[in-house]
Amino acid sequence: MTGAAPIVVRDLNHHFGEGEARKQAIFDVSFTIARGSLTILMGPSGSGKTTLLTLIGALRGVQDGSVTVLGQELCHAPEPKLVILRRRLGFIFQAHNLHESLTATQNVMMGLAVHGKGNAAKQRVAARHMLDLLGLADRRDYLPGNLSGGQKQRVAVARALVSNPDIILADEPTAALDKDSGHTVVRMLKALGETRGTTTIMVTHDPRILEMADRIITLEDGRIVRDTNP
Amino acid sequence: MSKLLTLLFGRLPIGWLQLSHNKGRLLAAVAGVAFANLLVFMQLGIMGALNGSTLAPYDLLNADIILSAQEGNTLTDSEHIARIRMFQALGTPGVASATSLYIGNLPFTLDDGTSVSLLTFGVDITKPEFVSDAIAKSMTQLVIENTALLDEDTRGLPAEVVKTLSEGGKMSFEANGATLTAIGTMKVGGGFLADGMMVTSDQTFLRFFGARDSGAPDHILLRTDDGVSADTVATRLRAVLPPTSVRVQTSSEAQAADLAFMSTERPTGIIFGFGVFMGILVGLVIVYQVLSTDVADHLREYATFKAMGYGQSFFLGIIFEEAIVLAIFGFIPGLIVSIGLYAALVSVTGLPVTMETSRAIFVFIGTLAACTVSGAIATRRLANADPADLF
Repeated sequence: MTGAAPIVVRDLNHHFGEGEARKQAIFDVSFTIARGSLTILMGPSGSGKTTLLTLIGALRGVQDGSVTVLGQELCHAPEPKLVILRRRLGFIFQAHNLHESLTATQNVMMGLAVHGKGNAAKQRVAARHMLDLLGLADRRDYLPGNLSGGQKQRVAVARALVSNPDIILADEPTAALDKDSGHTVVRMLKALGETRGTTTIMVTHDPRILEMADRIITLEDGRIVRDTNP
Repeated sequence: MSKLLTLLFGRLPIGWLQLSHNKGRLLAAVAGVAFANLLVFMQLGIMGALNGSTLAPYDLLNADIILSAQEGNTLTDSEHIARIRMFQALGTPGVASATSLYIGNLPFTLDDGTSVSLLTFGVDITKPEFVSDAIAKSMTQLVIENTALLDEDTRGLPAEVVKTLSEGGKMSFEANGATLTAIGTMKVGGGFLADGMMVTSDQTFLRFFGARDSGAPDHILLRTDDGVSADTVATRLRAVLPPTSVRVQTSSEAQAADLAFMSTERPTGIIFGFGVFMGILVGLVIVYQVLSTDVADHLREYATFKAMGYGQSFFLGIIFEEAIVLAIFGFIPGLIVSIGLYAALVSVTGLPVTMETSRAIFVFIGTLAACTVSGAIATRRLANADPADLF
């Protein structure tokens, strides 16, 4: 099972700054994430959750130790390889980061266009279907400026999920959502794990969804202090 | 527009969508590019008029080779050459005939008090083969002393005078204390040196320019024997005539030299050339400002796209798409306004300012290039879009 694990982290250390300003954010972190699981990263602010998420997401260079994602070692990997790897990941940001000039459908289409598969018409159909699933059928052609915070977040979720990524990395994805919408999103992530083997790592403080997690890793001061399977 | 571009690119036209999302900024950017285009068009138009009016006098003549004083600058800004050079040239194999050409600027005042300056060409009326066909037809009339053919496009010349002359009438006016009678018209147009042009016999010319000597014309015009190349004869003449005092040029060489002189030696040519440069610079700066501000405003979105796996070529595509949209949208109003201003300039100054297709194409390609360069510079800001900052 470990050999097929989509995420393997070994002896990971990471620091910011140089010289006297050097500050270590991650200390000897090691873990393996099973395929199709929903893992929650918890911990106080500054504990290293976000740094860990960006390292696994190939958004930051690995300095020391090993991070293997979908079988690819990220330490010292060249940027073009990281770019290609990121296309197999789905990102859900706390701030939705939707493109203000694009409609909800067009924003979701961007999640497909990066793969270069299908023409714009086919991408549009898939994007609309995903928005329908997230209860945004009547908001497909709205610009983000005309959507509520929760609706924007659901569009961002749709953008991350529409391409059926192997791994989803989410930072507080339910923070802007009401209880029902939050549950819908997490249930969808859970279902993707069960049906398609999509692996999710989520940073959250939302106690409503802890019970749905397969695993909860708690970080403090850059170290894993608890690793439980609820 | 979005659907058309989607079909064209086979992807979402993000550059266009970004630009059109902020309509106020798009309008300002298009106006800026249009203004830069206008600047360039006006400078090129006036420079073209300068070139056109520099070459216009050549249309009056029909010479294969022109002998001029070495110190002269252009056809109409020349020093005198000894007429004896004409006889030396006639002794050179391949030279069929030769004539003297006198040029001077004759000021006079119209009845309504308007001062007009005419670039006057004194020609030998017994040799009509040295002038254009249109003038050659009227040459015999110039045998009457103190008569002239007047340029009907002369600046300040009343329309009724032109009408009278074109209907076979005459018009007399005082110049240099004598009466000169216009007995016909020709069509050349005003330039930068004079309000219009006039052709007289060499005898009439010498009468009105008392200080001039028949032995020292401005140029000597030569025709070559049939079938003999002007270049070959010019080479022979250069071997015979002293290079320190005589410049031997074929007609096309003389025209090219005049253009080069006006473009690079005269302040006017340099000023207009500088104006073109300034127009391009203004366009570059405006487009750069628009694009770099646009990149800065969308850094988070770009960082998001980077996180999603979009590569550098995708971002360059967006920015170049924006640059091309601005170039096209700015060029069209710039061209239309320029055509209007050209027409206004022609009616006010009589200068030959025309919108040539080649100029429009040149400016459009230049606009595209300038916008692309600006876009390329603006892409440096993309480096600031760090997807790691999104979390």
